[in-house]
Amino acid sequence: MQRERIKFLIFAVLVFSAPLLFNGGYLMNVFVFVGIHTMLAIALNLLLGYAGQISLGHAGFFGLGAYASGILTATFGWNPWLAMPVSALAVAALAYLIGFPILKLKGHYLAMATLGMGIIIYIVFNETIDYTGGPSGLSGIPNMSLGGVSFDSDIKNYYLIWTCTLLTVLLSLNLADSRIGRALRAVHDSEVAARVMGVNARLLKVQIFALSAVICSLAGSLYAHTMTFLAPSSFGFNFSVELLTMVVIGGLGSIYGSFLGAALLTLLPEFLRAAHDYDIVIYGGLLMVMTIFMPGGLVRGIPALVRALTSGKRGGGNA
Amino acid sequence: MQFDQLLQYAVSGLSTGAIYALIGIGFSIIYNATGIINFAQGEFVMLGGLFTLTFLDLLKLPVWAAVPCAVAASTLAGLVFERLAIRPLRQPTPINLVIITIGGSILIRGLAMLFWGKDTHSIPSFSGDDPIAIGGATILPQHLWILGITMVIVAANRFYFYHTISGKAMRACSYNPRAAGLVGIDVRRMVLFSFVISSAMGAVAGIIVAPLTMTAYDVGIMLGLKGFCAAIIGGMSSGIATVVGGLILGVLESLGAGLVSSGYKDAIAFIILLLLLFLRPQGLFGKRESERV
Amino acid sequence: MLEVKGITQIFGGVTALEDVSFSIAKGHITGVIGPNGAGKTTLFNIVTGIYSQTCGTVSLDGRDISGLPPEKLASLGMVRTFQNIELFGQMTVRENVMVGLHSKSSCGLISCAFKAPWATSEERRIREEAMKWIDFVGITDLADATASNLPFGKGRLLEIARALALEPGIILMDEPAAGLNSQETLGLADLIRRIRDMGITVVLVEHDMELVMDICDRIVVLNLGKKLAEGTPRQIQENPEVIAAYLGGDE
Repeated sequence: MQRERIKFLIFAVLVFSAPLLFNGGYLMNVFVFVGIHTMLAIALNLLLGYAGQISLGHAGFFGLGAYASGILTATFGWNPWLAMPVSALAVAALAYLIGFPILKLKGHYLAMATLGMGIIIYIVFNETIDYTGGPSGLSGIPNMSLGGVSFDSDIKNYYLIWTCTLLTVLLSLNLADSRIGRALRAVHDSEVAARVMGVNARLLKVQIFALSAVICSLAGSLYAHTMTFLAPSSFGFNFSVELLTMVVIGGLGSIYGSFLGAALLTLLPEFLRAAHDYDIVIYGGLLMVMTIFMPGGLVRGIPALVRALTSGKRGGGNA
Repeated sequence: MQFDQLLQYAVSGLSTGAIYALIGIGFSIIYNATGIINFAQGEFVMLGGLFTLTFLDLLKLPVWAAVPCAVAASTLAGLVFERLAIRPLRQPTPINLVIITIGGSILIRGLAMLFWGKDTHSIPSFSGDDPIAIGGATILPQHLWILGITMVIVAANRFYFYHTISGKAMRACSYNPRAAGLVGIDVRRMVLFSFVISSAMGAVAGIIVAPLTMTAYDVGIMLGLKGFCAAIIGGMSSGIATVVGGLILGVLESLGAGLVSSGYKDAIAFIILLLLLFLRPQGLFGKRESERV
Repeated sequence: MLEVKGITQIFGGVTALEDVSFSIAKGHITGVIGPNGAGKTTLFNIVTGIYSQTCGTVSLDGRDISGLPPEKLASLGMVRTFQNIELFGQMTVRENVMVGLHSKSSCGLISCAFKAPWATSEERRIREEAMKWIDFVGITDLADATASNLPFGKGRLLEIARALALEPGIILMDEPAAGLNSQETLGLADLIRRIRDMGITVVLVEHDMELVMDICDRIVVLNLGKKLAEGTPRQIQENPEVIAAYLGGDE
C-alpha cells in the first residue's frame, strides 16, 4: 500500500519536472501526446488486461469524444469545460448500450464485433460531412481555457493533459487494488468461478467497458482542444491496433506498463523520422515478437530478463 | 426503380459476393480446424492480386502462368505465417491468437507497402473487357470468370473434405482434435494444411477480383472483414452456407450502394455482422447448440 | 432445504437425466453417487445454474430457483466447488478468498476508484475476514502464494475456503476427493464434517466410496440418468439394485 503510494508520488514528480529537461523544445509537444496515449492505453488495459475482454474499436470511442467536443464547441459555441463531460456522458451511455450485446461474445468473436463497431463509427465520421467536415476535417476548435488563461502553448497543454493523465493513473491504480479490480481479474481467470462467487460478470464487464469508453472520450476531448483540428484518419482501425500494441508491449494488466507502451510507441516514430513508412511494419513485428517471446510485456519481461542474465552470470546457482 | 438497373446491381453484387464467399470459406476452414479466427486472412487476398501484378509486369509471364505462380507465392506466405506466428505461441489463448494474427496481418501489409508502394494497381482482365448484354443488364467477361472459378473451387473443396483421406482427417480434427490425435492424425500438420488451403483460396479470390476493383497493399482488411461477415452469415460452415452468405452480402451491398448511399456501402456489411453476432451467432441457417461447459 | 423435482436434461437427442427427484435435508451431508456416465455432474451443473434443464424444477428453501444464474444463487446462499478446481490462477490465495467475499461487500466502481473512506474500511474488513477462512482450512502459511503455484491438494482447500467465505447455507462439492492422496482425503473428511457442524448443508458428488460411506448422512444413487436409490449409507450398501449397477458397471 505504502509502496504503491510512493511509486505514484515519484512518477508524479518526474512528470511535473520533466519539462525542465525539454527546454520548451519539440520533445514537449511529443510528450503531450504521450499523455493522451497513456490515458487511452490505460483505458484499453482496464478492459483487456484486467477483465480479459478485447476491443479493436477503441479508436472509435476516442474519436467520438473528440468529435463531440469539437462539434459542440466549434459549431455550437459551447464552453469546452461543458462539452467535455457532456461528450463523455453521451459516450458512456452509448458504450453501455452496445456493451450488453457485444460483451456476450467471447474471444475472437468479440474482437471481430468491436472491430466492426470501430469501423462503423469511422465511416460515420467520414460520411456525416455536415457535422464533421468529412475526410477534409473539422477545424476551428477552441483551446481550453481556465480563468482567462488559454491553453494554447505546449507547456500549458502539457500540464493540463498530464494532470488528467495522472488522475487516470491514480484512479485506475485504486480501482485495480479494490474489490472491483479483483472481480475483474477473477472474471479474466475463470468467468464461471467468478459468477459462482457472486460476481455479476455480465454487468461488471459492461461497466468496465463503459468506464473504458469514458476515459477514451475524455482523452478525445483533450486531443480535440489541443489540436484544434480533427480528421477521421486519426480514429481508424490502425489507431485501434496501435493502442493494442501499446498495451501489449507495456504489459497486460499493468497501469505503469500502459504508460511505458504509450511512451515507447509515441517516441519511436519521432526518432525514426527517416523510416516513417516503416511504422506499421514495426508495430506488426513488435506485436508478434512480444506475444511470442514476452507475453507479460516489458514491465514483467525486462525484470525477468535481468534476473535470468544475472543468475546466468552466477552460474545459475541462484535460480 | 427500373428492373434493368436492379438486375445490374444483382449481377455485380453476385460477383463480389462470390469473392466474399471464397474469403469466408478460408476463414471457416482455419476456424474449424483450429478454433482460430485468422485476422490475417484478408492479407492473402491482397497478396494474390499483387503477386499476379509482379509476375505479369516484372517477369512478363502470360496470365495463365502468372495466376498459378501468384497463388503458389501467396500460399507459401500462408505456410510461413503459420510456422512463424501460430506454431511458436506458447500460450495459445484466444486473446493471444487475436493479437498475433493482427500483428501478422499488419506486418504483411507493411511489407507489401514497402515492396509494391502505396499506389493502386490495375490488372488486365483475363479475357478482354467487352461487355455481354443479358436482358437489360451487361455483364463483363471477368464476372463470368469470377462466378465460374468460385464454383469450381467450392466443388473442389467439397470433394477434398468428403472424399480424400486428408480432407476427412481435417474434418476429424475439427470435431475433436484430441481424439483425432489419438487415432494417429498429425493434428499440427492439419493445422498447417488449413492455413495453406485458406491462403490459397484467399489468393485466388484476390486475383480474380483485381481486374474489376484494382488492388493495393491495403485492400486486405476490408475484403477480409467482409469475408468474415460472409462466414458468420453461413455459421462458419466451410461449404454452401458460407457461399450463400457471401452472395447475400454482395447483393445487399450492391443494392445498398445503388439505392441508398455509396458512402455507407461498407457500413452495411458491418451492421449485418453486428446484428448477426448479437442475435444469431450460429449463422442464418444454423441451429442453436446447447452450450456445454 | 434443496429440492430437485422431475429434472430431465436432453443434450442434442441424448437423454442425460430423466425425471430425477430428491430432496436434501438441512444440516446434513448428502452424497450423490453413481457409476460413470450416471449424470451426476450434469445434475450438479443444473442445480448450480451452469446449465439450464430441459424440464423440472429446483427449489431452495421452498423458493423456485430453476434457471437462475450462478451469481444470483450465490446471493441466495448456494455455492459450489469444481471437479478440476477453478481457481483464479494469477491471484494470491488471500485475493482468491477475497473474491469469495465479493457479495458480502458493496462498494461500486466510483467509490473504489476514488478510495472513499468507506471503501478503504470495507477493504480492510474483507482482508481480515478472508484470513479467517484461510486459517479455517489450514493454509495460513500460503496466504500470499500465487494460486496457480499451489499443489493440487492445497488448491482444493483454497477453493473450499473461497466458497465458505460467502457464508453459504448450502455448499455443493463436485468430487472434492478427486486427485487427493489418502492423507489429504482424511483431512478433507474432517474439514467437511467441521463445515456441517457450522450448520452448513453439504452436498457432494464423489467417486471415493470409502469417503462417502464414512461422512455422508444420506446418499442418492444415480444410474444411467435415473435415480436408483436413496437412503442412509447402510441402506445403500445393502441395496441389491445398487450393488448390481456397480458390478454391472465394472464389467
